[in-house]
Amino acid sequence: MRSKRNIINCLIYVLLFLLAVIFLAPIFIILLNSVKSNFYISESPFTFPTDETFTGIQNFIKGFTQSDFAKAFFNSAFITVFSVAGIVLLTSMTAWYIIRIKNKFTKIIYYLFVFSMIVPFQMVMYTMTYYAFELNLNNRLGIILIYLGFGAGLSVFMFSGFIKSIPTEIEEAATIDGCSPIKTFFLIVFPILKPTAITVAILNAMWIWNDYLLPYLVLGSGENRTLPVAVQMALTGGYGNKDMGALMAMLVLAILPIIIFYLFCQKYIIKGVVAGAVKG
Amino acid sequence: MQKTLKKYFPVFLLPTLISFAISFIIPFVMGVYLSFTEFKTVNDSKWVGLENYIRIFTSDKTFMNSLWLTVKFTVVSVITINIIAFAIALLLTKGLKGTNLFRTVFFMPNLIGGIVLGHIWSLIINGVLGYFGVDITYKPEYGFWGLVILMNWQLIGYMMIIYIAGIQNIPDYLHEAAAIDGASPVQTLFHITIPMVMPSVTICTFLTLTNSFKLFDQNLALNGKSSDTALLALDIFKTFYDHTGLKLAQWHGTGQAKAVIFFIIVAIIAFIQLRATNQKEVEH
Repeated sequence: MRSKRNIINCLIYVLLFLLAVIFLAPIFIILLNSVKSNFYISESPFTFPTDETFTGIQNFIKGFTQSDFAKAFFNSAFITVFSVAGIVLLTSMTAWYIIRIKNKFTKIIYYLFVFSMIVPFQMVMYTMTYYAFELNLNNRLGIILIYLGFGAGLSVFMFSGFIKSIPTEIEEAATIDGCSPIKTFFLIVFPILKPTAITVAILNAMWIWNDYLLPYLVLGSGENRTLPVAVQMALTGGYGNKDMGALMAMLVLAILPIIIFYLFCQKYIIKGVVAGAVKG
Repeated sequence: MQKTLKKYFPVFLLPTLISFAISFIIPFVMGVYLSFTEFKTVNDSKWVGLENYIRIFTSDKTFMNSLWLTVKFTVVSVITINIIAFAIALLLTKGLKGTNLFRTVFFMPNLIGGIVLGHIWSLIINGVLGYFGVDITYKPEYGFWGLVILMNWQLIGYMMIIYIAGIQNIPDYLHEAAAIDGASPVQTLFHITIPMVMPSVTICTFLTLTNSFKLFDQNLALNGKSSDTALLALDIFKTFYDHTGLKLAQWHGTGQAKAVIFFIIVAIIAFIQLRATNQKEVEH
């Protein structure tokens, strides 16, 4: 009985190991090719680099300089950080207001937020882009406002769900003690919301960092382009010979920050994504 | 408290509301209106009634093609992803050591953005097909299965996590009772594990369903140039931005009408999902 169990466990490990290899292989292949010279990437993408094909970090230098990678990286980081901060701060305030003040108006607004979650982006893609240009929001600061509007649905919904479960007594006591609503919110309510705030921040950060179509339409592929836009441009745009080596290096550079972030905040990310899935 | 808080409307509600109106409400309302018009830009439109909608189902073949393709793709993805994810979740809840490491690895692809993901798989699939002297645009089937593989790679880990949570929530006494009654592992699987994780199955089914149905970035990056393998979202994008010339206003109107239909389908799916999850909650 025992030995039978051991054999089964062994088989499970082998199976899991094989699966892990399959899951990691694509990333590994990109990594392999990022240190090979151009010709050998399209010629033999699945071979290990040899003395002849190995180019060291040359591709990375090219990828970094040619595509103005640093600029795109900075744009993405700037937009993601400030959009997420804005979303967490403002939508938590909105949710608190909507839940604590019960009237027809707040009810309608709440349902509008929920409604916006099911509308696919293509539905508002063209008209939203038009207004973004009309109102001069087609820059790195303006897009933060647009992300606040788009992120509001899910974020208000998640905050509201949690706020409903908080008893109002503490807040009322604070008000009697002379706290203004702003003080009450930041000193009492927001600290309680922290777990939801982390979830909301992670979900929005993953969405905005990886988002392609919205920044492509609003910011375009010029000065303000974000990382996904830069990657898409480099890999499909232009004519003639593409510098495959530099492109592979770009892919590696684009994945690397996410993986590092993931390895450090794994617990929160998995928790956040699951909470978002179950509620959304 | 209500009265004082009400006065703080400009602080608590207004900023979110303004940006919500600019980026969602107004564009949505205008989007519905413009689907009944031909327009060069938003403020230059001509009312044409249902003409755009009629065109989608008669002269413009691309919409029905991509709708059918999207349905096929969604069905195949939902089935493969959920079966594989559930199987892996079963393996990882056997109480073996080191399963956390595997969990970390399987979940990772989910974090990589659609564009980057699409290009990674484009290199691999074209690399394999390169040995046969063709590439992914050679046959629509190649693009289709390429997308299925990519979607599996991305979403299996995510669904696996939800299934693991579901399996771990099953109370131990059920398994113990089954063991005492002499149930075989297969019987335990079908009579205890699967019925008990049905709520997770519902969640995962709808998550994969909407994710597959609305797929855009991966489609664009993997095989965006070929219109044979354009799913709905990409087809709408192409209708808007891949056409120029005199009929631009017509293309825009058609694109917007397609978007409205796309929205209605997604809304119906969401509505069914809501019904399904509510029913489950009542049962418990």
